[in-house]
Amino acid sequence: MKNIDYAKLFSDYGTLFVLLLLCIGFSVVTLEEQSPTSADAARRLAKRISDELSSGSNVIVLTRQGGDGESFAAALKENLTKAELNVVQTVVGQPADARKALVKYGATGNKLAGITADKHMANFCNANLAKLAETNPSLGKAKVYQPQTYRWPNFLKKDNLLNIMKQISVVAIIAIGMTMIIITAGIDLSVGSLIAFSGVITALAIRGLGGDDPTMGHLWLGSLAGILVCGLVGLFTGGLVTLFGIPAFIATLGIMFSARGLAFIFADSEPIAVGNEAFGWLGRGRDFLGLPNSVILMLILFAIAHVLMTRTSIGRYIYAVGGNPEAARLSGVPVKWVLVFVYTLTGLLAGLGGVMEASLHVTGDPKAGNLVELQVIAAVVVGGTSLAGGQGKILGTLIGAFIIGVIRNGMNLTGVEAHMQSVIYGVVILIAVLIDRLKSQGFRLRKR
Amino acid sequence: MPSTPGPPTEIPLLRMRGIRKSFPGVKALKGVDITLQAGEVLALLGENGAGKSTLIKVLGGAHQTDEGTIEISGQPASVATPQLSQASGIGIIYQEFNLVPYLTVRENIFLGQEPCRISFIPKRDESAKARALFERIGVDIPIEAECRQLTVAQQQIVEIVKALAQDARIIVMDEPSAALSPRETKGLFRVIDELKSHGIGIIYISHRLDEIFEVADRVTILRDGEHIDTRPIADLTREKMIELMVGRSLEKEFPRRQASLGQARFEVTNLQHGSQVRGVSFNIRAGEVLGLTGLVGAGRTETARLLFGADRPDHGVIRLDGKPLKIKSPRDAIRQGICLLTEDRKTHGLVLGQSARENFGLPNLSQFAPLGFIRQREESLCFARYVDQIQIKITNPEQITGTLSGGNQQKIVLAKWLQRNAEVIIFDEPTRGIDVGAKYEIYQLINQLAADGKAILMISSELPEVLGMSDRILVMNEGRITGEITDVPNTTQEDIMKLAISRQPLAA
Repeated sequence: MKNIDYAKLFSDYGTLFVLLLLCIGFSVVTLEEQSPTSADAARRLAKRISDELSSGSNVIVLTRQGGDGESFAAALKENLTKAELNVVQTVVGQPADARKALVKYGATGNKLAGITADKHMANFCNANLAKLAETNPSLGKAKVYQPQTYRWPNFLKKDNLLNIMKQISVVAIIAIGMTMIIITAGIDLSVGSLIAFSGVITALAIRGLGGDDPTMGHLWLGSLAGILVCGLVGLFTGGLVTLFGIPAFIATLGIMFSARGLAFIFADSEPIAVGNEAFGWLGRGRDFLGLPNSVILMLILFAIAHVLMTRTSIGRYIYAVGGNPEAARLSGVPVKWVLVFVYTLTGLLAGLGGVMEASLHVTGDPKAGNLVELQVIAAVVVGGTSLAGGQGKILGTLIGAFIIGVIRNGMNLTGVEAHMQSVIYGVVILIAVLIDRLKSQGFRLRKR
Repeated sequence: MPSTPGPPTEIPLLRMRGIRKSFPGVKALKGVDITLQAGEVLALLGENGAGKSTLIKVLGGAHQTDEGTIEISGQPASVATPQLSQASGIGIIYQEFNLVPYLTVRENIFLGQEPCRISFIPKRDESAKARALFERIGVDIPIEAECRQLTVAQQQIVEIVKALAQDARIIVMDEPSAALSPRETKGLFRVIDELKSHGIGIIYISHRLDEIFEVADRVTILRDGEHIDTRPIADLTREKMIELMVGRSLEKEFPRRQASLGQARFEVTNLQHGSQVRGVSFNIRAGEVLGLTGLVGAGRTETARLLFGADRPDHGVIRLDGKPLKIKSPRDAIRQGICLLTEDRKTHGLVLGQSARENFGLPNLSQFAPLGFIRQREESLCFARYVDQIQIKITNPEQITGTLSGGNQQKIVLAKWLQRNAEVIIFDEPTRGIDVGAKYEIYQLINQLAADGKAILMISSELPEVLGMSDRILVMNEGRITGEITDVPNTTQEDIMKLAISRQPLAA
């Protein structure tokens, strides 16, 4: 029998374990009565109604506006009609609209056999129908139908989970480059400003190329321009760090201020709108299996980066440069090129992040990406990469980004107030780093 | 068997009994006993991994024992933490010094002993005390100099004085001569004699057997964490020591080789770098082991770094097989068939946080990853061959190199360069800090490389090694080559020393 080394198990999968715990915790806290509004739920509900009511009976469909309200109402109407019931009216709106519709129908004196509603409208009807029936007796026999409810955590709903992934995608993608930089024992504070810079450049380029009515080609070229310009900024940072030996912290601090300033100057301090909604494809679209495009891009980039770091020469070089730059150099590693590579790559990724952010709002905003660099660094550090360099994993960073995204989402769901969220954020980062330290000491306190 | 000489009635200064210490998967010490009398030097001998360092760390409070007792002057003592160890009168001088480079000698000596946390430092008292201590051991070091300005030898003396200032009665020196020139080592021995005369007991660890005969009164030999023997130095011969350490008798210290020298392969002309390397010219023939020696600071390592592209020369021409080489970086040098096994494995040779396999692959990725994707199977198989061939003792190729012993680390460095199949191989102190058994294996490898027609440059401070291994010897001093010895078998260490302090550059 092999003994399981729990300390090692925990240190290897510790962050994953933390993520799992958070998910379980938030699931328990957000457990709630759920009322489905999918097409499938509409079909089942229609079936139940047609079983109970004789064909040709009059029914009204009521759903609340927003969310899936319209699609649910349409699906209900379709299915009910198919079941040979007479849908006399469909209302998608507020409870007041429902009251108006009911009163109006009551005034016709026709008999109403059933009201088909989503959860909110059903609640309204259950509370008010008896009262309405006093003045409109024809409503008195109407039975209220709503989808079967079940208990399920709000946190674990598919839309919410996709939403988390969409929210972290920009931070996570930039964190790929940041992980590599931190493994080389560097840091890049400029990525937040580069998001704004890239977004503004992209929007300006699109406007410059296609004016107020840009074509798809203009959108692509403009986005490419935004990404490449940020890549050049990264190249410049790499040059400052390698050729002049300026500490990365200082070099990127300078870039951070300059890039943010330039973004405001170029944009004339105003957000620049892009005149083609198709620009929102990357930030808003869902083209594949219902997954947001930004999430798919994120997963692809992480897969590539993982292979890069574990299976290629450049990956090995990055770890070696971080672990011992002199030994790496004396082993024939082109240390300077490796550093230039990681800063340039991070610049490109920050540029991509900027395009994604701009795409989400179909606007290049010079205020975008404020303090995102710190979120990115937090994701990397929470993911187990050591700021001392030489150690870290790309997939760890993905988990780190998830942890941060899950915490933010969970606190929003449970209604934690904004300042408190900030406090909790900070504590989580401290705990993550603490675990990292303890890990390297074999879970003992320092003796000295 | 008389294992404890000296009057048996005398209470020993230090007695460690039945010391056991295990680490996960390793029993580092399996019941070790040592005794140390006041005013004697006890040499602690053993191969790497024999348990010397662990024993010292136990004594210094860096590790805690699993079992065993420690008595000082007959009283049971606790050395569970470095502070307790220090308070018990134990001073340990590790290989890596614990001096703050930007503080002065005086400040370093009294660091942590300031009379009160918040007070003015009684500078005058400290100065007087420091001067008295230096006087006591007969060394003169400017006490207001910053430590970074001192030579390694001087820093070591500062460490000794620091221990004395803390009233140490037991001083442990771990490989104190490793970074010293022969002349500086002599100076250290004089200091040790002074310490002895003041009744201080010294535990001396070294791989250099010649020194043991010069400095030690008794010798304790450890092997595989066990106490093998303790004898007065007079009862031991060099051969006997090696036999006890290795557990088998080595025929000779240096393997015999029939050199067959070919054409000059590697030529260096008029290499210059500031005042460190001045007009160095030499050549190495195919199959030749060229020894390069001299005092510390003579410019040997600096020359090697220039040849390897680690530093850029002011001028100078380097040719391989008649073709001039353009070397701007180590990467260029490696590509053109030159490799350098650095003097300092830990800071220059290995990425300690990476695994043995990854370190092995680092200079060889052009082979294992021609298109950028590493063929890990090929890399692992290749590495496994070396593990077998040069007997690297690791549990698996993914073991982190920082956890390995010095000899094994050096073998990994060797493996990674052997795989390069370079034409010119520069060894800078190839056996420093390596035990006798592993040394012999490394010598055999060097000979094998020479037999394959490579050009070998072997830099070493250990004169027996230089004399035993080289086909020809160059001696440097103050950045210049001051002597060339072609008739190695009839040369003595004294002959080399004369050249090493000569200020007369060798005529071109």
